[in-house]
Amino acid sequence: MIVRVLVILFWLPLQAAAQGFAGLGTDAEGFAVPTPDPVFDFPEDHGAHPDYRIEWWYLTANLTGPDGTAYGVQWTLFRSALAPETREGWSDPQVWFAHAAVTTPEQHFITERVARGGVGQAGVSVQPFEAWIDDWQMAGPSLDNLTLTARGGDFAYDLSLKANGPLVFHGDNGFSVKSVQGQASYYYSQPFYEVAGTLTLPQGDIPVTGTAWMDREWSSQPLAETQSGWDWFSLSFDTGDKLMGFLLREDDGASFSSATWIAADGTTTAYRNGAFAAQPRVWSEVAGREVPTEWVVQLPDKGIDVTVAALNPNAWMALSIPYWEGPVTVNGSHGGRGYLEMTGYE
Amino acid sequence: MVLTVQNVTKSFPGAEGDVPVLRGVSLSLDRGETLALTGESGSGKSTLLHLIGGLDRVDSGSITVGGREITTMNDADRAALRRSDVGVIFQQFNLIPSLTVEANIAFQARLAGAFDADHAVRLSKALGLSEHLTKYPEALSGGQQQRVAIARTLTARPKLVLADEPTGNLDEATASEVLGQMLRLVRETGAALLMVTHSSSVARRMERHVHLSQGHVV
Amino acid sequence: MIWTALTALLSHWRSNRLQFFAMVAGLALATALWSGVQAINAEARASYDAAAATLGEGQFDQLLPRSGDRIDQSTYIALRRAGWQVSPVLEGRLSTEDGRVRLVGLDPLTAPGTIAPVGMQEAANLDDFLTRGVLFAAPDVAEALAAAVPQRVITDTSVAPGVALTDIGVAQTLLDAEAKFSRLIIAPAQPMGLSDLAEVAPNLVRQPAQDAGAGRLTDSFHLNLTAFGLLSFAVGIFIVHGTISLAFEQRRSMVRTIRALGVPLKVLIGLMISELILFALVAGGIGVALGYVIAAVLLPNVAATLQGLYGASVAGTLQLRPEWWLSGLAIAVLGTGFAASGALWKIAQMPLLASARPRAWAVASGETARRLGVVAALLFATGIALAIWGQGLTLAFALLACLLIGAALILPLLLRSAVTLADRKVRSAMWQWFWADTRQQVPGMSLALMALLLATAANVGVSTMVSSFRVTFVDFLDQRLAPELFVRIENPDQSADIEVILLSEAREVLPLLSVETDISAVPTELFGVRVGPTYRENWLFLDDDGGVWDRVEAGRAVVVSEQLARRAGLWIGDPVTIAPALILPIAAIVADYGNPLGQAIISEPLFRDLYPDTVPTSFGIRTDDPSALRLALTEKHGLPESGITDQSRIKAFSLGVFERTFTVTGALNVLTLAVAAFAILMSLLTLASIRVPQLAPAWALGLTRRRLGQLELLRAVVLAMVTTVLAIPLGLMLAWVLLSYVNVEAFGWKLPLYLFPGHYALLTLFALLAAALAALWPALRLARTPPSALLKVFANDR
Repeated sequence: MIVRVLVILFWLPLQAAAQGFAGLGTDAEGFAVPTPDPVFDFPEDHGAHPDYRIEWWYLTANLTGPDGTAYGVQWTLFRSALAPETREGWSDPQVWFAHAAVTTPEQHFITERVARGGVGQAGVSVQPFEAWIDDWQMAGPSLDNLTLTARGGDFAYDLSLKANGPLVFHGDNGFSVKSVQGQASYYYSQPFYEVAGTLTLPQGDIPVTGTAWMDREWSSQPLAETQSGWDWFSLSFDTGDKLMGFLLREDDGASFSSATWIAADGTTTAYRNGAFAAQPRVWSEVAGREVPTEWVVQLPDKGIDVTVAALNPNAWMALSIPYWEGPVTVNGSHGGRGYLEMTGYE
Repeated sequence: MVLTVQNVTKSFPGAEGDVPVLRGVSLSLDRGETLALTGESGSGKSTLLHLIGGLDRVDSGSITVGGREITTMNDADRAALRRSDVGVIFQQFNLIPSLTVEANIAFQARLAGAFDADHAVRLSKALGLSEHLTKYPEALSGGQQQRVAIARTLTARPKLVLADEPTGNLDEATASEVLGQMLRLVRETGAALLMVTHSSSVARRMERHVHLSQGHVV
Repeated sequence: MIWTALTALLSHWRSNRLQFFAMVAGLALATALWSGVQAINAEARASYDAAAATLGEGQFDQLLPRSGDRIDQSTYIALRRAGWQVSPVLEGRLSTEDGRVRLVGLDPLTAPGTIAPVGMQEAANLDDFLTRGVLFAAPDVAEALAAAVPQRVITDTSVAPGVALTDIGVAQTLLDAEAKFSRLIIAPAQPMGLSDLAEVAPNLVRQPAQDAGAGRLTDSFHLNLTAFGLLSFAVGIFIVHGTISLAFEQRRSMVRTIRALGVPLKVLIGLMISELILFALVAGGIGVALGYVIAAVLLPNVAATLQGLYGASVAGTLQLRPEWWLSGLAIAVLGTGFAASGALWKIAQMPLLASARPRAWAVASGETARRLGVVAALLFATGIALAIWGQGLTLAFALLACLLIGAALILPLLLRSAVTLADRKVRSAMWQWFWADTRQQVPGMSLALMALLLATAANVGVSTMVSSFRVTFVDFLDQRLAPELFVRIENPDQSADIEVILLSEAREVLPLLSVETDISAVPTELFGVRVGPTYRENWLFLDDDGGVWDRVEAGRAVVVSEQLARRAGLWIGDPVTIAPALILPIAAIVADYGNPLGQAIISEPLFRDLYPDTVPTSFGIRTDDPSALRLALTEKHGLPESGITDQSRIKAFSLGVFERTFTVTGALNVLTLAVAAFAILMSLLTLASIRVPQLAPAWALGLTRRRLGQLELLRAVVLAMVTTVLAIPLGLMLAWVLLSYVNVEAFGWKLPLYLFPGHYALLTLFALLAAALAALWPALRLARTPPSALLKVFANDR
């Protein structure tokens, strides 16, 4: 889920170019750096880690309406630190921003928010849990029991989430390596949410049910300079098993892969570079560029050989940092559904 | 026959209806022959020359050049004929002022895709143009310009050379000299020559002589 | 064959380098003028949009405190947490050694659009701005500010004078206003299903975005430029036509020779078209580059114009926008094609055996001139029909086109008539020859003279429009922005107290009393005014019947706006029902440009009788020292900074706009005339090549070459004079159409037309000068024609 790290790293230089952000190199100057064998302390670690440069609370949901229509929902809160500290008031160097989206087979609704920490406009508290920016929030008595809201100019959603499985730690007990040079992040997920709630779209309110997957990740220097983009998959198979896998694309065409097999009972198997494979199969023209919207995904060790296809190929996130993110359907050796995120397709 | 003309008629629009210029002219010319076409002003001799050169169209009758009927040809074919088979030498020298003498001489042969540099050099030498090759036409005298026009025509090795008063703009001495050179070179290349002239002294130097009067051959 | 023929065609240019230069330069100039105007237009539009986005204030709805002059930060957070997309602004004064600086704090993360200081895009970094504190200060205060605050101060010319911008947090610290704001900007896009503002923030009032009337003026300025672009294009087409005709004219004999030597006509035409496209692209490329230079030279003015309007703007950098360099190339190619089509058609029609010598021009000209005259008459008729029955901006432009093309087409006929008239008046043989020869020249010079006609008419028309606009607008500003300061209060309860304060400080206080009502079924703002020197001295009326303000003051008459009068079908002296029991006669009609509502003005006492519950919430204040008064009001009396508008500054900016508009239109005037002069030069050169046979007899009969040259020059000036004299009424008609039709269709109001005879005289002089300069060289050449060249005419005569 390095993916999301990249979002920020992508975003910041972009902003630097566009607006005058500067001083944010790819080094971890002054910031804490993830180290192997992490010991997590919950619920505190569900909250913010301001001494790390970037962090997110990233939730994607595959939902179904009363008529069987498939929907996708995204809710992401990013934290981006300009300095490894917090301060009271407006001088707080913690900048928060968030993306929300609803994807239907025909439409894709998106919006974003930006706020500064320190004045109460955005933040995360852990007991009870609340992650918020403006009126958007993900909150509840614990991470296992949450309500999720967001709204934009033409859509809104209000969902309740209940976890029926354990937290899942990626890589080496939550230490997730992102390149052969050793860049890494802390990365764990809660992929076992049951969801019920309402989507508000221009056509009216739609009651929905389904499943959701939350990623938690933080780091300071997660990517190698030669990496140009990524393709990230979170797949839930009909068998109850789940698969998280990503490719980090190198400038020279090579890629670095990583994956976690999550059995239905929550036990995990981590795979190092090379075990997980994904090949684009169909490219679509989206927002004026070619983006692969159908993939062949393989994890031979678990007998996975599936086609992953976008529910709506036009799930382009035309925001401050543009990328593709949307629900997918899985067919082949296993059936199922999930989410796909792709960046770096310029 | 290099050229046959049969029963050609041609009239031009005038103030009081069409004015007939040619009223059924016939003549023929064989390889290597030279023919003088004479007649008073308005007798239609230039018109006939233009018709043979494919520069204008007949009203009726037939003209063949090298055995090919040209009266039914389209513009492009007649243009192709002029490029390769027919050479026209006008009274005005009709050189291209912005090209050098050398380029002018080569021009028609190049258009026809049949430029022979040695041939061009020989002709230039024979016409006394060798030292003027890099000059522009405006720097030459009238006689020299007409020699360039002759060289241009002959360089392309036409089967038929049509000349319209080629020495009309030259003084007598020059005219005679140019005419002599022209006749000699035409014979060397084996082309047939049809020359329009009003001068009987010029006409006498040709092998054959046809006189046009009132649009008829007499 | 193709290559050989092409070589021959192209060899013409090698031996006529001057002509080649003339053709390329002509095409390039025309393209340059076109693309320069396009570039200015595109760039001005882009800057306008950017400026509008940068402006922030007034562009967006705002939330102001219902009482006091500060908003609690908690209110802001409550609004954000309720989903409202608002952004905080804190304003205040900061003391420095050199006086006071107006400090504006804002939050770049939530501010809508690019409200943040322009300089932040280049020099500083957001990290610093957000966390360490950076101030972007206007040059006049930057130094003093740097000495007064611990933060880094960056000089930024886009910041309004006397102002510094900084992060909201820094502003709170510097202004000692911890957790306070002055106002909140409401983003135009809000999420769905928001709760009511009154529920979330009952202590705030929403102030709608202020329509900067300047936007309309900017639009008018752009329209102005668009019209100019259209005209310059027309002028450009004429010159391209001239150069192409010249090139073809001179190659007629070559074309004939090449055909006689066996190149088919189609191939030859194809070659010539390819040649032209090549030249058009090259010349077009040069023209676009030249246009870029023109625009770059003029652009600082354009950028400054818009900057002046808003006090902030994007940097005046010019970008090579694909839309205008592509359009420049397209214009060059299309213009060449259009201009060459006639010449190519002539070549295609030219019999192989026709005399290669250009034919005497006058042969067909009388007939042609008459035919063109008929077409022109049809165009005029269409124009009149459009003026009477047409509606919409497109038709207004069509009317313009009919007028211009019609005038251009009728020109040869008019010139012939003028020359014939002159011919009849003269007795001397030389002058008879001169006029006859001039008449013969008219067709050949027609295109160039049409270009001159259009160029001069365009100059007359556009400068009349701009000047009329300026005169009207200056009057309007004097009238409406006469009070130097404008104070707005939020709480009507304070009205009386504030008025007392204001009266104690100011020379004259003008309470603004108004209600919206319907008068004669027209939605109208009814104003109650305190009649005083300001009204008496500054207000100009479109129409009045005397003693206006005395009668208004006495409650015996009303002043209404043009909009109200026109819509209600009323005029001076007509009685108007102001209220059920109040019927007053109209004493005067006043212009009110750009206001969708009607306006009616009565005296303050009468108004207070009618609407006793309405108290003034705005005051105009007359003072000799606006900034001192402003300071006194905010410092001594605690009036909120945001409630005081410095109208004298707005006025100064607005007036500046027109000065700069003048600079731009002036520069374009010169350019258009230069292009027209070039067209004349080209025509004369074209004619010169065929003139010798016409002049040789005159020379043989005893006119010296020097005299011939003088007559050539005189002829050009005479023809230009006739053309220019015709151009002035055409230009005025153009201005009339622009002001009475185009402006009405575009903006809904008509501008009065003012005449500027001195300006026209100057333009005429310039046009004549341009014509004389263009004719000078051909005339000199003629005067120096060697006698041998003239003699040749007789030698070659067949």
